[in-house]
Amino acid sequence: MAVYKRSYRAYSGRLTPPWSRFFVLTRYALRGMFRSKFLTTIFVLSFFSPLVCAILIYLNHNATILNMMHARHNEAINVNGDFFLGFLGVQGGIAFFLTAFIGPNTIAPDLANGALPLYFCRPFSRAEYVLGKLCSLFYLLSFITWVPALVLFGIEANLSGPGWMWENRSIASAILLSSWIYILMISLLAMALSAWVKWRIAAGALILGVMFFLSGFGAAINAVMQSNIGFYIAPGPLITRVCAQLFGVDARIDIPVAGAWAALLVMCGICLALLAKKVRAFEVVR
Amino acid sequence: MTPVIELEGLGVRFGKRDILKGLTCSLSGRTIGLLGPNGAGKSTLINTLLGFYQPCGGTARIFGYDIRSQIKQIRSVVGYMPENDAFIANMTAVSFIRFMGELSGLPSEAALERAHESLFYVGLGESRYRKVGTYSLGMKQLAKLAQAIVHGPKLIILDEPTNGLDPPARLRMIRMIKEMREVHDVHIVLCSHLLRDVEEICEEVLILKDGRIVHYSNLEEERRANRRFVEMEPVGDSAAFALALEGMGCECALSANRLKAVLSDGMEIRDIYRLAAERDVQLRRLNYRRDTLEDIFLKAMETNTNGGL
Repeated sequence: MAVYKRSYRAYSGRLTPPWSRFFVLTRYALRGMFRSKFLTTIFVLSFFSPLVCAILIYLNHNATILNMMHARHNEAINVNGDFFLGFLGVQGGIAFFLTAFIGPNTIAPDLANGALPLYFCRPFSRAEYVLGKLCSLFYLLSFITWVPALVLFGIEANLSGPGWMWENRSIASAILLSSWIYILMISLLAMALSAWVKWRIAAGALILGVMFFLSGFGAAINAVMQSNIGFYIAPGPLITRVCAQLFGVDARIDIPVAGAWAALLVMCGICLALLAKKVRAFEVVR
Repeated sequence: MTPVIELEGLGVRFGKRDILKGLTCSLSGRTIGLLGPNGAGKSTLINTLLGFYQPCGGTARIFGYDIRSQIKQIRSVVGYMPENDAFIANMTAVSFIRFMGELSGLPSEAALERAHESLFYVGLGESRYRKVGTYSLGMKQLAKLAQAIVHGPKLIILDEPTNGLDPPARLRMIRMIKEMREVHDVHIVLCSHLLRDVEEICEEVLILKDGRIVHYSNLEEERRANRRFVEMEPVGDSAAFALALEGMGCECALSANRLKAVLSDGMEIRDIYRLAAERDVQLRRLNYRRDTLEDIFLKAMETNTNGGL
């Protein structure tokens, strides 16, 4: 029957499993993100650094090239925890820039257009909404951070042999864990600010501001009080401290690892509380 | 039959303000109207039934599902058209409706098919590839209706569906709601401050005032009962005519030159004319005395709000 001749009828077909429905939100959010040419360009450019690193790793194992440079294996570059931490530092910067660009678009448009009642009048909870949006950022940022890092790890393992992979297996888990923490932190921050600041440019600026201002403010506290207490309010140094511990390298940030973990958890908790306050079908005016 | 909506002492409080105060009633009609002045608690009631607000006392059930413990089941059988603007601006209508269908649990292909159907059904077929943000107010209302029906719910809650519609669009919306009610197995809750809309569409009406139910009316029954009430303007011996009517089992009330009567079972209008002719009484006017919804509403508004239903 032609579609225009059909009238309203009840639906009696198959339904998707309830647990999988937040992926619908993720899928549509990702589709929306990649409509932006700017984002697509930055996303593609973010693979430049992994490509360079992959070439370097290859050259590091290429005897002809090493002979030409009068260098020995691992002399040109040493592929270890420091290498991967540095790589994730660069990729993390790009990921943060992208988050500041796309983060404001996650929740603010839904709030501005009153779309939240449409989500929550369905069998779809607030937690699933936040999870769906979080997953969209997680997918995107994963392809910039831990996925290329693990590919590099795989290339190095392939060229160096299974012995290297076994010896450095902790690096693989550190890549995963540190990237996840970083993605979770910046995604929650971006979403929380997106829920509170409806104006996209202001929200983007605020995401950058919060990271840099808190880092600066923390450094100022450290300088004034001649202590390290300021690091506890700065997300950047906290993540660096935790990642350094995971990679087993020196972080030059003198605070206990447990304290850094606790501070990051508190920050994530604050972001979730901010989201819980705003992500509602209707705001209750008391 | 399981009632569509059951309220059992339902109370909602925002801070120290009681918004809904112990609402109790049972509604089973195909179309239920929610009426009340601004701030009466109509939208709060709807939002509570959808689980957006937590009740502070009592509970409510939709098709037997409790709003406190079975809200997901409720939401899977309900379609909701909110009063205010609600859309995703940078999506085409068909993507928007498909998205909403998928969130309701429809597989992607089925959601796309039903999105097209819903948009054609509400009259947005030709504009379905336009972005919803570019729609006029009336078109946005229709898009909201389309998203409310895309998953084929058993109960559709419409909050002020004719808001912002021009007269032809309003008529079309009312016709569509009536058709859904009559042709399909769907229940409709209509929240509106437009008495005419409610009167045209609804079988049952719940009137709220200050967070309490001040009146419940089964319009279908009242319409039937109203057919037994007649108001006449007799000229001649009105008292004797009234006595004669009473003799035929009618209840009569004579005031000035008006005679109101409740007809007895089996009595027809032609019997009144015959009796009037026999008594040599002229009937200048005879019409069914009908309480309009406006009469009912105004009476309800005069009611003290110190009791529930």
